[in-house]
Amino acid sequence: MRHRSLLCLLVAATLAATSGCTVERHWGGSTSAGGGGKATIGLVTKTNTNPYFVELRNAAAAAAQAQGADFVALAGQFDGDNDGQVRAIENLMQQGATTILITPNSSTGVLDAIDRARKAGVMVIALDTATDPASAVDATFATDNVAAGRQQGQYVKAALAGATPKLIMIDGTAGSTVDTYRHNGFLEGIGLKDGDPAIVGREPANGDQSTAQQKMENLLQRSSDINAVYTMNEPTARGAFAALQARNLQVVMGSIDGGCQGVENVRDGQYAATVMQFPRKMAEEGVDAAVAYAKTGKKPSGFIDTGSVVITDKPMPGVTSQSTEWGLQNCWGTK
Amino acid sequence: MTAVTAQGRQRESLGEFFLRAPAAGPALALVLAMIVFSLSTSRFLELDNLSLMVNQALVVGTLALGQTLIILTAGIDLSNASAMVLATLIMAKLFAGGMPGVFALIIGVLVAVGIGLVIGSLVTKVKLPPFIVTLGFFTMLTAADKLVASGQAVPVAEHGVLTWLGSQRYLFGGIPVTYGMTVALVMYLVVWYSLTRTAWGKHVYAVGDNAEAARLSGIKVNRTVISVYVVAGMIFGIAAWQALGRIPNADPNAFQLGNLQSITAVVLGGTSLFGGRGSVLGTMVGALIVTVLQSGLSQLGVDSLYQDLATGALVIAAVTVDRLARRKS
Repeated sequence: MRHRSLLCLLVAATLAATSGCTVERHWGGSTSAGGGGKATIGLVTKTNTNPYFVELRNAAAAAAQAQGADFVALAGQFDGDNDGQVRAIENLMQQGATTILITPNSSTGVLDAIDRARKAGVMVIALDTATDPASAVDATFATDNVAAGRQQGQYVKAALAGATPKLIMIDGTAGSTVDTYRHNGFLEGIGLKDGDPAIVGREPANGDQSTAQQKMENLLQRSSDINAVYTMNEPTARGAFAALQARNLQVVMGSIDGGCQGVENVRDGQYAATVMQFPRKMAEEGVDAAVAYAKTGKKPSGFIDTGSVVITDKPMPGVTSQSTEWGLQNCWGTK
Repeated sequence: MTAVTAQGRQRESLGEFFLRAPAAGPALALVLAMIVFSLSTSRFLELDNLSLMVNQALVVGTLALGQTLIILTAGIDLSNASAMVLATLIMAKLFAGGMPGVFALIIGVLVAVGIGLVIGSLVTKVKLPPFIVTLGFFTMLTAADKLVASGQAVPVAEHGVLTWLGSQRYLFGGIPVTYGMTVALVMYLVVWYSLTRTAWGKHVYAVGDNAEAARLSGIKVNRTVISVYVVAGMIFGIAAWQALGRIPNADPNAFQLGNLQSITAVVLGGTSLFGGRGSVLGTMVGALIVTVLQSGLSQLGVDSLYQDLATGALVIAAVTVDRLARRKS
């Protein structure tokens, strides 16, 4: 009967309890950093399906291998999977990671686990996405997203050449810090404020191409008298472009990311410009810091901006930019 | 499939054995997995790793407990995780607004109970298929979660009642245990007892096995089914409490796959999706199998996409065993 399954459980429990010597560590890696130790680096990305994070992971893996450090990469299952990221942090601590590099899914969702890791002597560095508060981690290597948004805004403004903007904004995930920073940076760059009548419409599309296309179609249904579009990332821009193309609308559209597909989109004229960020640099600098920490016990601190640059084949006066040819040499993802 | 032994026909077939003890197969699988990982990784069987894995299984394990009850009545709930997230948001927001944690907790659980009551009523009184009703609720609640929070996560700033399940650890025979584990264990035992030792439990099994036969034998089918959705709703409310204990931050984007993960745990635990057959002990094992697999594979450095591949294959294997067992009997 059921007793038999109970018995099985008991067997499993005793097996578990009697084997394996135990050290009281209460879920924490016992790490002794400093003093010429070998670095064990854990990377926790938001997901492992987005090419951006795949690039980040590959770059970190290559850098760790080059420096002779152990490297483990884990990820959440979807954007916003805090639980998966907390699990990943716990498992990395179990494996004795000396440094954890993390792109937090939510700026607040994993703070508790990060705190536990740091108390156990693990150095934690945020890559790409800052935590809130920023002091929750030892250091942050990321794009200054306000600056990235601002550059998109400045470019669009210059490309409008004095025309009054009639703008549609396709945002990311409502409430995410990256989304807020890029949105606000763009408005600063183009010289508008939220609620300005020049903003014909705005919709969040969660960074998803098909959602973005749908939202854009709906917005254009309301009013197709527009001349500028802000998009928070390249899949969003592709979705918006499909909706614009269906109506034969020519507008100045900008985006942010700098993935290879995005650079190709710019080259093919789907949108005028994109602002490239450098995930490879984040990963490499993070690994460098991890190796240094294991050797010397020294930690970086604060926000380290890994930079961003406008990619376009129609350069505008007053906006520093690079060509798509340069972009294709420096983009991330499948080349 | 008959085991050939000296007693020959005296022995029951494997199929019959799995029919009688649906949790036996999963328990064997769990033990096997534990053995494999303890041989292949260095720290797997350390007590704090075992305790860690149990802790990682708490939220989905609690969702799966309620899901088991519903699946036993031949229903299914696709909205349990989004209802749970709504409860976490309500608890966290009320608490942030100055309400004492206890009241915030109770109101959050009551909201989940209310959702269960509405779903149960639609399933029984309006005779709608549970799959469709809860698909609708999943869609609505996912939107409600984002509306309630205006897209923002709500942190639970200070440790108190709401985070109590995860914030406290004490040592039990050298094992670090959280109150969350204790609460989960008590819940499992209570539900197990109710299902196996009370009239209500027998009614739940009877209704899932054959609702018409149950009705003819005098069981109040509708009342039983509604009670199951209400009890499950309460369990999903407590899952919200577990979730805040684990991550003191109510996030409208969290647990997007919780509904499917809870169904996975139930199926791996040997409970039949056709209703009337299964056990909560099996579900407990099922939830642990998923965590053990994830944790063990990640300690081996296996890409998490392969972890998902393995989990999916296991689900299909579990249902195959269920099918074969039924055909044999």
